[in-house]
Amino acid sequence: MIEAIGLTKQYGATRAVEGLTFTVQPGIVTGFLGPNGAGKSTTMRLILGLDRATSGTVTVNGKPYREHAAPLHEVGALLEARSVHTGRSAYNHLIALAQTHGVPRSRVNELIDAVGLREVARKRVGGFSLGMGQRLGIAAALLADPRTVILDEPVNGLDPEGIQWIRNLLKHLASEGRTVFVSSHLMSEMAQTAEHLIVIGRGRLIANLSVEEFLRQASRNIVRVRSPQAAALREEIVGPDVTVTLAADGALEVSGLTAEQIGEAAARRSFVLHELTPERASLEEAFMDVTRDAVEFHAPATGEPHAPDQVPA
Amino acid sequence: MSVIEAPPWERGLRVTQPRVVASEWTKLHSLRSTRWSMLVAVILTIGLSALFAFATSDRWNRMGPREQANRHPLDIALGGVLLSQLAIGVLGVLVISGEYSTGMIRSTIAAVPRRLPVLWAKAAVFATVTFCLMLPAVVAAFFASQAIVDHIEPLRLSFTGPAVLRNVVGGALYLTAIGVFALALGAIARNTAGGISSFVAIIFVIPPLLDILPSNWENAISPYLPSNAGSDVFGIRTGSGHLSPWAGFGLFVGYTAFALATAAVLLVRRDT
Repeated sequence: MIEAIGLTKQYGATRAVEGLTFTVQPGIVTGFLGPNGAGKSTTMRLILGLDRATSGTVTVNGKPYREHAAPLHEVGALLEARSVHTGRSAYNHLIALAQTHGVPRSRVNELIDAVGLREVARKRVGGFSLGMGQRLGIAAALLADPRTVILDEPVNGLDPEGIQWIRNLLKHLASEGRTVFVSSHLMSEMAQTAEHLIVIGRGRLIANLSVEEFLRQASRNIVRVRSPQAAALREEIVGPDVTVTLAADGALEVSGLTAEQIGEAAARRSFVLHELTPERASLEEAFMDVTRDAVEFHAPATGEPHAPDQVPA
Repeated sequence: MSVIEAPPWERGLRVTQPRVVASEWTKLHSLRSTRWSMLVAVILTIGLSALFAFATSDRWNRMGPREQANRHPLDIALGGVLLSQLAIGVLGVLVISGEYSTGMIRSTIAAVPRRLPVLWAKAAVFATVTFCLMLPAVVAAFFASQAIVDHIEPLRLSFTGPAVLRNVVGGALYLTAIGVFALALGAIARNTAGGISSFVAIIFVIPPLLDILPSNWENAISPYLPSNAGSDVFGIRTGSGHLSPWAGFGLFVGYTAFALATAAVLLVRRDT
């Protein structure tokens, strides 16, 4: 369980994270979503005590991270930035981390097998591919059997097989009762794995809700209709809560009615329909709808000076 | 809370200072740069002394009486230390700056979020390893150089002779302190280039610069410079311009402690 209250971090003049309050529950995968530069990595660094919060607090399993007697047993983290000495072998890297907590060698060997690094475990990490590096990072995160797992953009740069492996792993960890907190800037990735979402933009909390709720709220439901009697059909169905627009290809885009309602309306007047397609906005579109106002770097609007670090009053 | 049953080893999980020391020992010996730097330091310590001994032995009969009188066998035996301190210093900086340049420091701090045990462990492990390798190296340098100048009566020294033991152990102690001093500089600078250049500036560049100052200023400052004070413990120079061997070394240990304390304060305060 992770609890952040009013978490704020200022780097010089830049406020990376501002007043974040949220709770990450055990037993489910919680997605931490936001555009690049929104403050996801900063938040994760604050949770781990790598950076000190300017104000506010964040606790893991009831205590600030650095006050735990066995921190790696509380939280296992995979950070986005590489955090391995390139001159050391994967095996020695894990051994060195294990020794700080008294994790036995057998556990290190078990994890090396579990993440599929057996054959390269004695090789220097500098020669590892991105995927191998991620697997090593996962092994390090799981070393002390942590109750909470934090992963920053774990699928970045992975091949499809690696992505599938991570997704299954996350679900598995959550099913064991662990708290799983995963960041991504891709909504589609989160929809595959997460049950709950915490969305931030420009360092502020935008949404804190279930994935299902997010999709329902954010999607624009329209129905595409093509008919030789398009103009008449439009007259038939348009109303105060129903808008009908003409798409470039001549189809009607109807919002405010379900496909069933449109089909029945057409049948009453015996209109011919060539197409009747309910369309949901894609996940990425939904995500962009939610974060539109919170993206750190817009493409420069006309006449607007470059002002990336504006701090809202 | 966990649904799975916890394995028995989990009951003993806890960060302790001895465990962090074990971890730092693994980190130190598992890097190639450590093995190479230490090998270079050993070779320089012994090899350079042997080289000086050969040169002296070869030229001895062509030296004038005054030049012969200026040759001191301990200078020859410990000449290598003055160069191997560079290898030890660079490695001392790398022990910590290498973690910052590769990002390893994030894993380290995440494992030991109280941070200070890491600094103490690094310093203790590096000091122990340096002393354990450099003491035999300096002893070997002494015997090697003595074997080479054995035929020259005035250069012969007994290992148990006056001040010989102090000089030989002092050479190893000096290298150990240099290593910890450099490690502290690396921790303060947090990058390799900054750490090494501040180390080289303090130990190698500033001392000769003092020649530019008026000589009474130079004489007032020079004995208290870290490298001059520290090397008093194995120098045969005595009298004005130098502190007594242990006073000088004590001062250098004080500088090292100050640098390490500064590094400790910064390590706790700064973001990683």
